[in-house]
Amino acid sequence: MSAPTSNPKGRNLLAVIGDEDSVTGLLLAGIGNVDEHQKKNFVIVDGKTQTNVIEAAFQEFTEDRKDIAILLINQHIAERIRPTVDRYQAAFPALLEIPSKEHPYDPLKDSVLKRVQKLRGD
Amino acid sequence: MSGTGPREAIFPTRMNLTLTKGRLKGAQTGHSLLAKKRDALTTRFRTILRKVDEAKRAMGRVLQLASFSLAEVTYTAGDIGYQVQESVRKASYTVAAKQENVSGVVLPAFEGVRSGAASDFNLTGLSRGGQQIQRSRDTYVKAVGTLVELASLQTAFTILDEVIRATNRRVNAIEHVVIPRLENTIKYINSELDEMDREEFFRLKKVQGKKKRDAAAADTDRSVANAEAEAQGEEVHKDDGVGGGAAGGGDMLDQHKDDDVIF
Repeated sequence: MSAPTSNPKGRNLLAVIGDEDSVTGLLLAGIGNVDEHQKKNFVIVDGKTQTNVIEAAFQEFTEDRKDIAILLINQHIAERIRPTVDRYQAAFPALLEIPSKEHPYDPLKDSVLKRVQKLRGD
Repeated sequence: MSGTGPREAIFPTRMNLTLTKGRLKGAQTGHSLLAKKRDALTTRFRTILRKVDEAKRAMGRVLQLASFSLAEVTYTAGDIGYQVQESVRKASYTVAAKQENVSGVVLPAFEGVRSGAASDFNLTGLSRGGQQIQRSRDTYVKAVGTLVELASLQTAFTILDEVIRATNRRVNAIEHVVIPRLENTIKYINSELDEMDREEFFRLKKVQGKKKRDAAAADTDRSVANAEAEAQGEEVHKDDGVGGGAAGGGDMLDQHKDDDVIF
């Protein structure tokens, strides 16, 4: 019960792990932030990015940083670290899988929607 | 010892019986309250479930639109990715968390906040494609709005899911563990008290029987003594009044005269 009651106060940023186009678009909307330690709240992943780099970014955004309310991650990137994503159950930050330009959205792969489907099924 | 199954480790006394009955009543009240809470949460949960499902599908469409507008930008203004990434300073789009209370469960709800300085990237696309960039930005702002909404739904979903599980566990624990145990305890105390009652009754019967037997023996002794006394020609009073009778000894009035008392 500790996770849901953790205080959402102080969490006011969106973070994104995505391919270049998704990140650029979201940054255009103004979600980008660079703090005083030159830490960015966005990570660009391309075909050459190592999986452990993605894992590290995911860890940083979900656990280490306390100012992130929502974490957006491209679905095809989430697919690469699927076990970690599926294991993530905490309420804060909220984890959202978003489609990218090349990879249309597949509701069957979404970790939350999978639970939704399971709950609605029975 | 009746009341099979687990029970509380307490002494079977009347006070404990009263206490346990009170606890049973409390457990039943708690059970019905928790069941009500569970029902309220589940209703809420179902609504959110449906909304999450819809919003997730809507999000796919919105973001597709947004990436399309970004493609337009790339077409007119060239690749602006690098420029955009490097000019990031401070978030102009942030979220604020509100809180909503559903049957004692605090559900957070995010709300997108655009600060006034929404004029970042003003110089991006200055030479060409500025209009497309503006349009694309507006599209993305809308898309992020959808995402924020979806995120709050999803957070509510996660929290409610967990709370419902916890509530369910409690309801089941009360229904299947606590209440049967208290009922068993009450049964046990009742049976023990009954047993004690029976024992006490038996004991009293025993005492009474013993007294009767003693009285009968004394009666026999007395009649034997009387018979002996009669045989020796003494006077025997048959009544068993106070101070009289065989047990009371001979008649004081008929006895020899007392000496005069001289002061």
